[in-house]
Amino acid sequence: MHRERRRRYWRTNLSYLAILLAAWFLVSFGCGILFVDQLDRYSFSGFPLGFWFAQQGAMYVFLLIIWVYVVLMNRLDRRFDVDERGGSE
Amino acid sequence: MSVQAWTFVMVGLSFALYIGVAIWSRAGSTGEFYVAGGQVHPTVNGLATAADWMSAASFISMAGLISFMGRDGSVYLMGWTGGYVLLALCLAPYLRKFGKYTVPDFVGDRYYSQTARVVAVVCAIFVSFTYVAGQMRGVGIVFSRFLDVDITYGVLIGMGIVFFYAVLGGMKGITYTQVAQYCVLIFAYLVPVIFISLMVAGTPIPQLGFGSPVAGGDTFLLERLNQLSVELGFHRYTAGQKGTFDLFCMTAALMVGTAGLPHVLVRFYTVPRVSAARTSAGWALLFIVLLYATAPAVSAFARTNLLSTVADMPYDQAPTWFSTWEATGLIRFDDHNGDGRVQYLGPNAEGTNELWIDKDIMVLANPEIAQLPNWVIGLVAAGGLAAALSTAAGLLLVISTGVAHDLLKKTFRPDVSERTELRTARVAAGVAVLIAGYFGINPPGFVAEVVALAFGLAAASFFPVLMFGIFWKRMNREGAISGMLIGLGFTLAYIGYFKFFAPELNSPAHWWWGVSPEGAGTIGMVLNAAVAVGVALCTPPPPDHIQDFVDDIRVPRGAGVSHQLDA
Repeated sequence: MHRERRRRYWRTNLSYLAILLAAWFLVSFGCGILFVDQLDRYSFSGFPLGFWFAQQGAMYVFLLIIWVYVVLMNRLDRRFDVDERGGSE
Repeated sequence: MSVQAWTFVMVGLSFALYIGVAIWSRAGSTGEFYVAGGQVHPTVNGLATAADWMSAASFISMAGLISFMGRDGSVYLMGWTGGYVLLALCLAPYLRKFGKYTVPDFVGDRYYSQTARVVAVVCAIFVSFTYVAGQMRGVGIVFSRFLDVDITYGVLIGMGIVFFYAVLGGMKGITYTQVAQYCVLIFAYLVPVIFISLMVAGTPIPQLGFGSPVAGGDTFLLERLNQLSVELGFHRYTAGQKGTFDLFCMTAALMVGTAGLPHVLVRFYTVPRVSAARTSAGWALLFIVLLYATAPAVSAFARTNLLSTVADMPYDQAPTWFSTWEATGLIRFDDHNGDGRVQYLGPNAEGTNELWIDKDIMVLANPEIAQLPNWVIGLVAAGGLAAALSTAAGLLLVISTGVAHDLLKKTFRPDVSERTELRTARVAAGVAVLIAGYFGINPPGFVAEVVALAFGLAAASFFPVLMFGIFWKRMNREGAISGMLIGLGFTLAYIGYFKFFAPELNSPAHWWWGVSPEGAGTIGMVLNAAVAVGVALCTPPPPDHIQDFVDDIRVPRGAGVSHQLDA
């Protein structure tokens, strides 16, 4: 495959990673640890909000992040023709 | 039927299932023994990964830990699930593209160095042994409590089962038995908590139930739990106790440790494609979250039930579960003031606490405390065994491949035939089962401590090296080796000092920056990365073929052939 295309593929992959990992950091270390006391002042269906993020919400967002990544990367692989269904490079 | 009869039925049926699956899926080649031929469907691999990952600690201990820690218990919930995001996004697809058999393989090839490979094997074997000892201990607890069998016999039966399918079937046998074990363990975990949630909160969904008002009233469950806790002198359940930076480091160490654990990483070598490795991580986390999102509900229900049952209870009216667990020594009552009542009091209360409860029994005793039918209790016992055995098998496989593949084939005798390699792998698995069994029967008093060590070491040794290996081409042999050694050395020293040499100093006042030994892996990881970068920049860059190697693992195409080339 062309060197330049390969570089662009990798760049796009890295930008997806940056955004998704930022979300990962925000819900776990952010909402669940650093700002948990501030969030606990609000209530969410019977839970203090920070407590909910720490014991429930963060995990649901983790799941969402992985599946979003799966979809994005499958699309990216096809766009740059590096997916595994095609022939050799 | 009695609890014991039901337990025999449940455990017996589940064991028969595992043996059947094991016979159906024997391994014939090293490729099947190490990575199940690389042809496992991503959903199946997700199920197997979930069972592999969720150990006796997740099934038996975690909810109990959370119910004593309250909000701070989230370090386990977020730490042990958040690692999968790192795995799915940063490691699994690339390791699958690399496609060889083990994690030390990747380290050895990427850093063109036998030294790096050997350091990695030693870490992998050490981490796996510390872990497997804990699993065998879990097997022993379940057997002795529910089947009234001596712990020794319990461990021996567990060893026999694991030996049978791990040694015969290798990764292929383990994969399919783990699928069966996942089904048993998740069913066993969910059934009692759904019952309890219906009884306590009037909803079958426990995740909603522990945020709901108590059935037949308008007080919220968590509020009631907070009141009960404060009345008895404990901290508010929904409030934190630990320092923010310590929580931060503990969570990070568990997350990164999860992503660096060799028995989990190796599961991603078993799927046929790179895209399947990504999907597989998604399935794995889904199946894990099914249990993990339920665990905090179990904790809150169990804690509420416990506090309202035992507080100021006359000792001679104690329920049956209380005396059965007292007989195992996991509940202790000491009537200090001689009034014949149980005073269960926290550190903030006046008066002396008279009750000591082992955190590990909360999940196992929960169905009894909530007075659920006997078959549910038997089911929980089978689930605990499934969790312990599935993890033990995955760990034993890492040890046996470490010995047969990384040490024998790749380091000492490259010319060894496939048959000898396979036989060595089986013998190594057998020896590992024996050693693990020994630790299960004679548990070292420090099982809980060494698990912290295992995560810390995985975080401080593997994770940075793997990340740099994929994301930074400039990282070279010298940087990787010095990074691993520094990370490992620091973490070992920090945890060793506070846990073994000077346990009396193990308190926030003496910790560096308030970081507990459980969080030391995070500091070790940062040190590892810093040293690795520094050394790499002062030494020559890696040779051209390594740069091509990195380019190659970054694109998915061509992953299907990597197994066939080596087989």
